[in-house]
Amino acid sequence: MEAELREIRDHLSQHPPFDTLLDELLDDVVGNVEITYFKADSMILEQGQTIHALSYIRSGAVEIYHYNGELYNRLEEGDIFGQFGLLRQRKIRFPVKAIEDTLLYQIPDTIFDRLCDDDSFADFVELSGSRLKSTVDGSLRENDLMTTRVRKLISRLPLMVETTVSIQETARLMTENAVSSVLLIEPADDQDSDEVFSGDEGGLWRLKGMVTDEDLRSQVIAAGVTTDRPIGQLSDGRLITLQSDESVNEAMLTMLRNHIQRLPVLHRRRPVGVIHLSDIVRYETNSSLYLASNIFSRSTVRDLSRLVPEIRAAFIRLVEAGSTAKMVGDAMSSIGRSLMRRLIELAEDELGPAPIPYCFMVHGSLARHEQSVITDQDNALVLHDSFDPQQHDEYFKMLAQKVSDGLDACGYEYCKGGIMATNDDWRQPLSQWRRYFDEWIADPDPQRLLHSCIFFDLDAVYGEEYLVENLQDMIASKARHNPRFLGAMARNTLNRRPPLGFFRTFVMETDGRQHKVINIKGRGLAPITDVIRVHALAVGSQAQNSLDRLRDIEKANILPAGQVDKLQYALEFIALVRMRHQALELQNDQAIDNAIEPENIDATERHNLKEAFQVVNNAQNFLRYRYPY
Amino acid sequence: MFKKRSQQSVIDEWQHYQTQQAKASVNPTLQRFYQMPLTDPDMPLSEVPFVALDFETTGLDPRYNEIVSFGLVPFTLRGIRPSDGHYQVVKPNCVLSEESIAFHRITHSQVDTAPPLEKVLDELLGRLSGCIVVVHYQQIERPFLDLACRKLWGEHCLFPLIDTMAIEARWQRSGWKHRLKKTLGLQPVSIRLDDSRRRYGLPSYSAHHAKVDAMATAELFLAQVARHYSPTTAIGQLWD
Repeated sequence: MEAELREIRDHLSQHPPFDTLLDELLDDVVGNVEITYFKADSMILEQGQTIHALSYIRSGAVEIYHYNGELYNRLEEGDIFGQFGLLRQRKIRFPVKAIEDTLLYQIPDTIFDRLCDDDSFADFVELSGSRLKSTVDGSLRENDLMTTRVRKLISRLPLMVETTVSIQETARLMTENAVSSVLLIEPADDQDSDEVFSGDEGGLWRLKGMVTDEDLRSQVIAAGVTTDRPIGQLSDGRLITLQSDESVNEAMLTMLRNHIQRLPVLHRRRPVGVIHLSDIVRYETNSSLYLASNIFSRSTVRDLSRLVPEIRAAFIRLVEAGSTAKMVGDAMSSIGRSLMRRLIELAEDELGPAPIPYCFMVHGSLARHEQSVITDQDNALVLHDSFDPQQHDEYFKMLAQKVSDGLDACGYEYCKGGIMATNDDWRQPLSQWRRYFDEWIADPDPQRLLHSCIFFDLDAVYGEEYLVENLQDMIASKARHNPRFLGAMARNTLNRRPPLGFFRTFVMETDGRQHKVINIKGRGLAPITDVIRVHALAVGSQAQNSLDRLRDIEKANILPAGQVDKLQYALEFIALVRMRHQALELQNDQAIDNAIEPENIDATERHNLKEAFQVVNNAQNFLRYRYPY
Repeated sequence: MFKKRSQQSVIDEWQHYQTQQAKASVNPTLQRFYQMPLTDPDMPLSEVPFVALDFETTGLDPRYNEIVSFGLVPFTLRGIRPSDGHYQVVKPNCVLSEESIAFHRITHSQVDTAPPLEKVLDELLGRLSGCIVVVHYQQIERPFLDLACRKLWGEHCLFPLIDTMAIEARWQRSGWKHRLKKTLGLQPVSIRLDDSRRRYGLPSYSAHHAKVDAMATAELFLAQVARHYSPTTAIGQLWD
């Protein structure tokens, strides 16, 4: 290859999508490049014009516009344009103008068509749909914990006994088989039921529960139950199971969420094994799961606060292992909740048992199971309606204070907005909480809702969960029937809009202005979470997690086709960029923040982020029209 | 002070010279070259086929120095096709110094196996024929090519060409700013290839390769036309 072609090749090969092309294909591109030049302020492509080449910016910069003249994008050295026109009948839809003197490499359409046979190139030019989607899917594929099916961890078939078998006989069978758990089954006659499966000998069975060594100790020996009673009476009928094709990661998170150490694994409805926590720990020694169990062995706030470095290290490991944002969010939220539960337990140990039933509730990212490595604490107390301030408030005030101080010691800073149970307003009986929500929903004032919006992500963390579930039920049933409330929420959503994208080392706004940094939470994550919340409220979803909410929204069929997918990919990607940023800051011993500098974002990530921002922007526009105020 | 001769007289001279050479030329290669009619000086730039040409030489004086390599890249105002270009290493009569080998990024074996200029001159003229030649600094390409033809065939080889350095000088070294600088004894703006290119936002290449420089010259010319002229400008206006 001659020197001048090498100059061209060297430049192309440093920029996506050419950086991943096979050498041969890249040589073809280089051999067919035609160089053109446009001075600043001259039009490169006019709308409706026919094009026959993909343009690559060798030097200079261009702007692309919508039909209405609004700025669509600003591109720089190493970027390409014209691909959309080439893919759509060779017609230019968005005009392009040089904003600096610009040297272009034009790649003829014949070569472009051949490049589109290359998967990564096709993904890049979004031949097969969204580039963001392929990136997110790709990271799922790459993730080990995510791809490894839980069935891989199963080493033996589960021991199963009928519920009528005696406790002693069950214990004998467990000893004989050297297992620490047994599944309880009973004959079934109704094949259509979800729980019924057919056994090896052809009979129909229903899975009733699981009994473990611990159960035998606590519920039989310690309770003085005679061992000739049927084993079935030890099971409370509640059983959490997992499908065999779920990921190891999902198994880990299921255990974390439910505070269990054993998980029956089913193939369709038939039990194929039981996996134990230690199976996963063996598989993923540095797991965050280990941390969660560690939390419950700590007996002072000081001991708990010493876990902070470990929690942060686990966060970094999770991010570095290529986990999805959902995985990290789930794990960090489980850790956060465990920490909070332990703090409440310690406070109760000190203060004595609560005088009346109560529930500690969380808001924001922790309620949504989407916590990153740091967050401020957003919590509140829902008390039983027998609450008498004179009699009981001193206790709960102290409880709230201890938990809040403990959280602060463990890195969860006090909430600047005062959303904490230490605040008298947010330490109230259920009836008062119902009045709060009733007012917010029935008499929606956007200004006031701005501050109470955070309460609409709510989840129980400790105590009598029915108190919080009552509120969740109420919100789900009332919000959907109140268009003014939805309109007010939708309107608030529009307060925070994403930027247009990036240009060189700047964040580019829709009006063309440029900034040095972007707050990825405020301008990306929060807006998309807000949008999803409004739709979720509109369809009466009880879910708190954004992905779960999206599933409910999809079922309700209120969004244009494909929109739910787009929101999901955008959410995943934006959240991941934020987590990567924070992991990097942790590793560099920097203060953790949400401020991302464009110069630290690589080219592919920029493209994906831009697409994600676009999704958020479109979703916000749709919201305005769907829920007018 | 003498008045700069008008562009029309430049055009007239070249047309006259071409007619004369077409008749007088004896050497078959040069005959073919001159019998190809000169591009119409009124032809708009947008219709002209160009070829950017660059020689790498052992020095600046054609009497004592030789051509080491040449590169050419054909183009039009619509675009440059580098892969349609041509590059040729030439074996000089003298022994190349180590410095010059390194400077031109040419290896000894490339030089040893290369043909002498007389073997490739014919092909070179064939590639230039019918196109308007664009160079940066005509004081190299024009005298070296002319002298080579005289030595070989005893005939001149001269034709109108476009010099991007002259264009640069015309725009950068005229006007009150330049006069002011001159009065103040300040260094005038550099009009070397790379410095000129920078003024038009063009990237810098690793130079001293004939074809890279030819491509760089073609790009510079496109940029100059975009900034100072128009696609309808008559080609004759830029002849040197």
